[in-house]
Amino acid sequence: MSEARANILARLRAARRGAVPDRPDWTPPAYGPDRLARFRAMLEAVHGEVIEVTSATWTERLRTLLAERGVTTAMAAPDLGLDAAWAGRGPEVVAYDRPVEAMKDRLVHDIQAGITRARAGIAETGTLVLWPDAAEPRLLSLLPPLHVALLRLGTLADNLSALMAEQNWAAGLPTNLLLISGPSKTADIEQTLAYGVHGPKELVVLVLTDL
Amino acid sequence: MGDFTARAPKALNDPTLRRNFRRAMDGLMAKRALQFQDRDAWDALRARGAAAKARVVARLPELLEQLEARLTANGIRVHWAETTAQANAIVLDILRQAGARTVIKGKSMVSEEMELNHHLEAHGIAAIESDLGEYIIQLAGEAPSHIVMPCIHKNKAEIAALFAENIEGLGYTEDVDELTAAARRALRGRFAEADAGISGVNFAVAETGTLVLVENEGNGRLSTTLPPLHIAVMGIEKLAERLDDLPALLALLPRSATGQPITTYVNMISHPRRDGERDGPKAVHVVLLDSGRSRVHADPELRDTLRCIRCGACMNHCPVYSRVGGHTYKFVYPGPIGKILTPQLEGLDCAGDQPHASTLCNACVEVCPVRIPIADILVRLRAESIDPSGSAAVKGAGSMRKSLESLTWKGWALMHSVPLLHRLGTWALSRLGNLIPAAALPPLSTWMRVRSRPVFAPKTLHELAREKGYGNE
Amino acid sequence: MPADRPRTVYFFGTCVIDLFYPGAGLAGMELLKRQGVRVVFPPEQSCCGQPARNSGYFDEARAVALRQMRAFPEDWPIVVPSGSCAGMMKTHYPDLFDGRPQHDQARAFAARVFELTDFLVNVLDVRLDDRGPPLAVTWHGSCHSMREMGVVDQPKALLRQLANVTLVENPREKECCGFGGTFSVRQPEISAAMVADKVAALEETRTARVVSGDCGCLMNITGAMARSGSPMGGQHIAEFLLERIDG
Ligand code: SF4
Repeated sequence: MSEARANILARLRAARRGAVPDRPDWTPPAYGPDRLARFRAMLEAVHGEVIEVTSATWTERLRTLLAERGVTTAMAAPDLGLDAAWAGRGPEVVAYDRPVEAMKDRLVHDIQAGITRARAGIAETGTLVLWPDAAEPRLLSLLPPLHVALLRLGTLADNLSALMAEQNWAAGLPTNLLLISGPSKTADIEQTLAYGVHGPKELVVLVLTDL
Repeated sequence: MGDFTARAPKALNDPTLRRNFRRAMDGLMAKRALQFQDRDAWDALRARGAAAKARVVARLPELLEQLEARLTANGIRVHWAETTAQANAIVLDILRQAGARTVIKGKSMVSEEMELNHHLEAHGIAAIESDLGEYIIQLAGEAPSHIVMPCIHKNKAEIAALFAENIEGLGYTEDVDELTAAARRALRGRFAEADAGISGVNFAVAETGTLVLVENEGNGRLSTTLPPLHIAVMGIEKLAERLDDLPALLALLPRSATGQPITTYVNMISHPRRDGERDGPKAVHVVLLDSGRSRVHADPELRDTLRCIRCGACMNHCPVYSRVGGHTYKFVYPGPIGKILTPQLEGLDCAGDQPHASTLCNACVEVCPVRIPIADILVRLRAESIDPSGSAAVKGAGSMRKSLESLTWKGWALMHSVPLLHRLGTWALSRLGNLIPAAALPPLSTWMRVRSRPVFAPKTLHELAREKGYGNE
Repeated sequence: MPADRPRTVYFFGTCVIDLFYPGAGLAGMELLKRQGVRVVFPPEQSCCGQPARNSGYFDEARAVALRQMRAFPEDWPIVVPSGSCAGMMKTHYPDLFDGRPQHDQARAFAARVFELTDFLVNVLDVRLDDRGPPLAVTWHGSCHSMREMGVVDQPKALLRQLANVTLVENPREKECCGFGGTFSVRQPEISAAMVADKVAALEETRTARVVSGDCGCLMNITGAMARSGSPMGGQHIAEFLLERIDG
């Protein structure tokens, strides 16, 4: 292709080759029956909230937690069925169903809570794994000041290595894959933690313990 | 640009700066230590991370080609730049073709190397830094003083004054939540209207063609998601061979940097927006910058420098950095990594004093998560700086050679390798050394500025040992 | 580490001790002797070569290193009353001769090098009987003894054996004192700031004395103490231990 490319690669190739070391064994930690406890402890340590729910109770728990925070406009994928579950008793639910160019204003200014599913969780670090798609786009977990994520307990892995291997990520990654561990934060001013600097100020994880 | 030594006193004599750094570095060291209490786990993790990066350095040309192929297959455009000037031209060209006039930037040290903001501004494109620390120093018109925490040299009061002056409608406040909220408000609009986002890259995975960015604030995600165009700039060494190298590297980077088990966000980008997707940039470009790295790679010992994952732990633990701060180094990369990288990228003729600005205390070597032998490389660069053979791999090799100095070392070596000379020399020193006027020996008078004069003992250990019968047989 | 207790050891005095602190060298040899070990001090020894190596003068460092390797021909342990010089011989001799005919010789030599306190604790398993009056001291470990020789706990274990000595932890134990050989005169301002901080940290212990295993650090620290009128002084650990067991 370009001359720069050819020159750079030629210089790199001209160098004396060094040995390619093997990858030594390394076993990240596992938690057995304490997985959820570890997940909760790690996420709470970074200002996240973990609430245990079931597939029967989660919509109602979500409704009350949004009400407690005074949320009147939330955004969620329609197939979560929130409108039907709440039957007019909850906040307005907006779908992210058009390209961002048409949604930007609402996303930046109006939406108070983004609700997404998590593809998996990681106990070691208290991490949510999100694979944004057309129904739950990337900014849904980023622009609103509150992010609520639904996590099925059965998808909680011990660590990132185990999860990657189990789900064979190398075979195909989405446009954007996110690991999220807590709300947005900064310590740039005198090492003092402040939340919500650019992304959500609050992260709540609803763990569906029966799934 | 050289003359680190001459710049140091300014920082040393600034008590506020000294206090700001000391507090910050003490905090960062303590937080990191908490993450690596289990020595065996740390050793195993570090060995894995070091091997992952050593493999990248050993296989760099193949992996770059693989990365390019995978990125291209994923719909991400790849550009190569030998120099920062080329990289700037490439970025400008992409922006112009897209008709972009405003850019929002995530944190990127490579863009600092390129002085990209200046370049874009000179061509009528406004580039706004969105990382809070970078935003603060952009307002102040300063350069980063740390590679992870760019405004670590400033305290709350200094930032409060800066914000009160620059952010409309904000009075003077030292409340960190209020200051942070003010920055959020000021930057939200900038994100929404930006025509392009520019970011760095922490790891580019050759196996899958994935750009991995770690951050806490979310500004990196915004910069790479909200604008219609995303340009990532990265050094040619910032690769990971395989996806399964990431867990160890991601476990090492934030824990070494800030003592966090993981950053809030790990953002893995493998494609531009695809059909049917609602957001994300429609075009993603990657600029691979050499700018001296391939020369570093040419030397089998020096190339270990390229393992660096830019965690900043070496500077957090450096007794020199923590006293003089980042700006004294004058170049983009301060601290121990800067002392080995800058002279290699810029040449020993303009940064040759940096490898000497170290006591070789090895504090950096002890904490480097990818086991870069920083102290050995410092010493090697000292040798290069005086090596007149010209065969040396480093630009500016031999430029610091002084004939009197080399003669002195030759004499020193002679005295210490010929026993008779040694006996005579030490005999003379122990009898006459204390009589030499300090003014006649500049190093001695320098030493004595803050210390008492070392006193030669009346008899050497050699003599005493002989008298006491410790000699051979 | 030799499983058996060696009957004879070499002593490498170091150039700084040779000229400035010969008492520390004699004390080191005396401590070894009292353990029933024969101590040999080869007169052809001079300096480990570290000053040249650290300044980038590798040829000069090699010439001096070769001289040392020749001065200690028998297969006896080489005990060094300085973690820094020991580190030079143990870790950097093999590097200096990498790819050269003397590489194996350098490696074999390196394997015989021991830092004094490590040797007293881990090889000789000494037991010290304190006869001195009650005293509080603090400890300064040199960077190279800690990070090149792994000598962190050994000297403190020795000090803790002394019944009447209270060891007060040094609050910035892991931080460099700012000596760094030629660094102290090449970067005089930074070195001065570092040693001033070091003295301040040591003074926080409210002890009268800092004990150390490295005379380079001691020269720097006690020099700054004397110059600033500090009430503290310093001493090499070998001299200190000998003084305590002699009462
Ligand atoms: S040299 Fe090592 S410690 Fe320093 S920034 Fe690079 S990876 Fe981190």
